[in-house]
Amino acid sequence: MKKRTKLPASVRSLLAFVFWVGVWWIISLIVGREVLIPSPPAVAVRLFELLQTSDFYISVLLSVLRITAGFGAAVVLGIITGILCAKSSAADTLLSPFFSVIKATPVASFIILALVWINKELIPVFISALMVLPVIHGNVKQGILQTDVQLLEMARIFGFGRKKTLKVVYLPSVLPYLYAGMKTCLGLAWKAGVASEVLCFAAYSIGNRLYQSKVYLETADMFAWTVTVIIISVIIEKLLMAAVSLHNKKKQI
Amino acid sequence: MITVKNLHKSFDNNVVFDGFSLELPNRGFYAVSGPSGSGKTTLFRLICGLDTEYGGEIDVEGKISYVFQENRLLPHMTSYGNVFTVCGDKEKSLSLLSSVGLEDAVDKYPSELSGGMNRRVAIARALSFGHDILLLDEPFTALDADIKDKIINLIKEREKDKLLLIITHDPDEISALGCEEIKIND
Repeated sequence: MKKRTKLPASVRSLLAFVFWVGVWWIISLIVGREVLIPSPPAVAVRLFELLQTSDFYISVLLSVLRITAGFGAAVVLGIITGILCAKSSAADTLLSPFFSVIKATPVASFIILALVWINKELIPVFISALMVLPVIHGNVKQGILQTDVQLLEMARIFGFGRKKTLKVVYLPSVLPYLYAGMKTCLGLAWKAGVASEVLCFAAYSIGNRLYQSKVYLETADMFAWTVTVIIISVIIEKLLMAAVSLHNKKKQI
Repeated sequence: MITVKNLHKSFDNNVVFDGFSLELPNRGFYAVSGPSGSGKTTLFRLICGLDTEYGGEIDVEGKISYVFQENRLLPHMTSYGNVFTVCGDKEKSLSLLSSVGLEDAVDKYPSELSGGMNRRVAIARALSFGHDILLLDEPFTALDADIKDKIINLIKEREKDKLLLIITHDPDEISALGCEEIKIND
């Protein structure tokens, strides 16, 4: 009997990608109207054309900056509130309704409210932060609460002190939770951030370009911008994971 | 030196100590014995201050080091890292790891070592701490006989001027260390 050789993971991923592009192409052919479902080549051509314009780069850069700023602010704030709530039940009781409301409220409600409250250029920052904050907060809090009590006792016996206990006991326990939260939230921040750009017409933004494409029925543009969002999201996620992996290697003694 | 006077300790309705007293000098080897659940580990936890809810008086003079019943090693650190993080002395860490027969495992993580090897790291870590009193809670479980003898000799040599308390069910370990026996709730 012949032994079947397994294809490398990268080849299998590529084949899966080709398969789904094929499905998209077939659907496009069946529908037969580029204005409804443009074909992959049409989108590729349009993306290539967009790549030749400075508007494309400015829009991408400003969207990345806005969403990353919101993401970063939420990570910092989530770490602070996570530590606070893990260490103080009074703070946890006080902040718990706030996070419950954020989690339960539809993102569209926040975007519309934000349109009333703040400068439209800052809305994507605010919305991205709002979507990321409860996840990071919850994960950091969970990471602290899950810290091994036996290791904390060991640290006490051997007189580690606050700084050392934080570095060698708490951090290794919390970081996996924080990284998992950050990985989950990157996609979330992008989706919510771009959605808010669409609704608030932020100048020079991917969301605004998507909206313009919809207004002028330039579906290939819409697809090209969507592909751009996906690619940037994947790149940022890979960069984050590479940074995490580098940090993990460095901290091992 | 450890002085325990009229100790009262209970968990819910389970009374563990009811007027227990003990006085130990600043050097000597003592084995704490008693049936399972008699409060041996609880006594250690009270002595080193990990449990502070009790009645009576506990007075400890000197710095305590502890080999816990569990290894309690930092999983993200190597054997060397686990010892070094406690004593802060490279030579001392390597020498102690070598003394417990782990010279070839200094760069291994707890997940890469057997239960017995991790036990030896925990012992090396406790011995590396600049202590006056050493608490050993069933330290030789999971150790092979020859390694156990080697570590008993190491402890006898290094701890001879200190106060040592050990919890063990093995009379051979008590006699090998030359311990005086303290029976609790017998």
